[in-house]
Amino acid sequence: MAANSDFLLTFQEFDSSESHLGGNGDATTISIEDTGAGSHKPQKQRRSAPVTSFEEDNDPLANDDKTELLSGQKRSSPFWTFEYYQTFFDVETHQVRERILGSLLPWPGRNFVHLYIRNNPDLYGPFWICATLVFVIAICGNISDFLVDLGKPQNKYVPEFRKVTIAATAIYSYAWLVPLALWGLLVWRNSKVMNIVSYSFLEIVCVYGYSLAVYIPAVVLWLLPYEAVRWFSIVVALCLSGSILVLTFWPAVRDDQPRVAIAIMTAIMALHILLAFGCKAYFFSTLEDEHTAVDAVVGHGTKSSPTMKMHRTNTMS
Amino acid sequence: EKMAEVDELSKPMFAGLSDVSISRDIPVEGEINVPVGTPSHDDEYSTLDEPVKDTILRDLKAVGKKFVHVMYPKKSSTLLRDWDLWGPLLLCVTLALMLQGGSVDSKEDGGPQFAEVFVIIWFGSVIITLNSKLLGGTISFFQSLCVLGYCIMPLTVAMVVCRLVLLGGSGMVSFIVRLIVVTASFSWSTFASTAFLADSQPSNRKALVVYPVFLFYFVIGWMILTFSPSA
Repeated sequence: MAANSDFLLTFQEFDSSESHLGGNGDATTISIEDTGAGSHKPQKQRRSAPVTSFEEDNDPLANDDKTELLSGQKRSSPFWTFEYYQTFFDVETHQVRERILGSLLPWPGRNFVHLYIRNNPDLYGPFWICATLVFVIAICGNISDFLVDLGKPQNKYVPEFRKVTIAATAIYSYAWLVPLALWGLLVWRNSKVMNIVSYSFLEIVCVYGYSLAVYIPAVVLWLLPYEAVRWFSIVVALCLSGSILVLTFWPAVRDDQPRVAIAIMTAIMALHILLAFGCKAYFFSTLEDEHTAVDAVVGHGTKSSPTMKMHRTNTMS
Repeated sequence: EKMAEVDELSKPMFAGLSDVSISRDIPVEGEINVPVGTPSHDDEYSTLDEPVKDTILRDLKAVGKKFVHVMYPKKSSTLLRDWDLWGPLLLCVTLALMLQGGSVDSKEDGGPQFAEVFVIIWFGSVIITLNSKLLGGTISFFQSLCVLGYCIMPLTVAMVVCRLVLLGGSGMVSFIVRLIVVTASFSWSTFASTAFLADSQPSNRKALVVYPVFLFYFVIGWMILTFSPSA
């Protein structure tokens, strides 16, 4: 009997230490138990409950230990094994769909990270949303140039493949380097001012990646040659994705000095606006440019068409 | 007594058991460990002595059989078990070469270079394979590369058809025809590769694995559709 009660005591200790860890993170973790992501948490905690010392090797920064301990039960493999990276892809189809929909419809009370991502950041969403955006921008940029050239005499469609590589570089560096810088900045501020809310690097990458999802339909809308439609779509996309970022990062900086907080939020929004308008300017010619380009080419095309015709007959024979 | 009888009967019958295969499309070639020395063992050692023509023909037959499997995709494990990368290499080189013929005379060659097509196909296949393995797929790395490479075949056929159509003219009608051909072939490629790969994925993540494959073939189809010959 005594042995039984000892056994019960130790088992309950184990449980209470788990819930102690769970409650020690931050106040908002209580609210996530009703979401789909939350239901996976207890199983993971029990499966890899012996929290090994590898986490310190991977994330030596003190502030991340709390979030890492909550989600770190999964990362018990060392970072050079394949299984470590598999933990970043531990999502299901409906979870990815929910996250994308959640990023399209921001709401003032709901924090994207707390509601959808907590303790289960994934790399699938950010990576493939960026890849899709790269190809959609390149393809739609090509199509819009083609539609512009449709009225011109030399209607030769030149698929510009360079644009894919440029788009890929721009979008991937935005989606991965800016979170890195922001994470470093937040960690540095956290060392000076104790914040209640802190995010791990992967969660920031997730927020940025999923917030880019709203640009995909916006870029498709840019195909329409009406300037009003283009401006409308870019402004709406900026508002939606910008508000996701603002709603996510405001709780993390509001405990700081007001000037620093405002500066960080302004920098986030400025980079976001820069990305949107930079892509629009580089990949899509505006309607004013199209008119001037048409005039220039019409004047030029009449001169060069006889030579082109000769060229054509040469190549065909 | 009965046991002795069974033993006597089982020995010559053992060799006959090698003909009983579990499913029709798993070729059984000399894999039965039989204490009796069957002639199939000797084949593995004597392939060095056979004429080169036999070796090449056997590999070509394996490649050809896989092409047929892609044309009529059904759940079959042959493509997965005996993977080879000859077919994908052949298709990739053919596709990249055919994408080269356009716009050669213009100074600004906006189309994809040979190396770009090559890199996109192989790098894209590797990324998709890594993605499906990270999501918990049970397929091996080279098996997945093999399947993705072989399923480019409908798109290569579409490229040939597009070039033939472009010989006739490059107006609106030819564009519509090419659009239909490319759309049909890229759907076929996606469907074929999904048929082979879907079994190795956990059921709640199938869409997560299929979407990158769809994107991959869509981009290749886009490169084919936008191919414009030299003006």
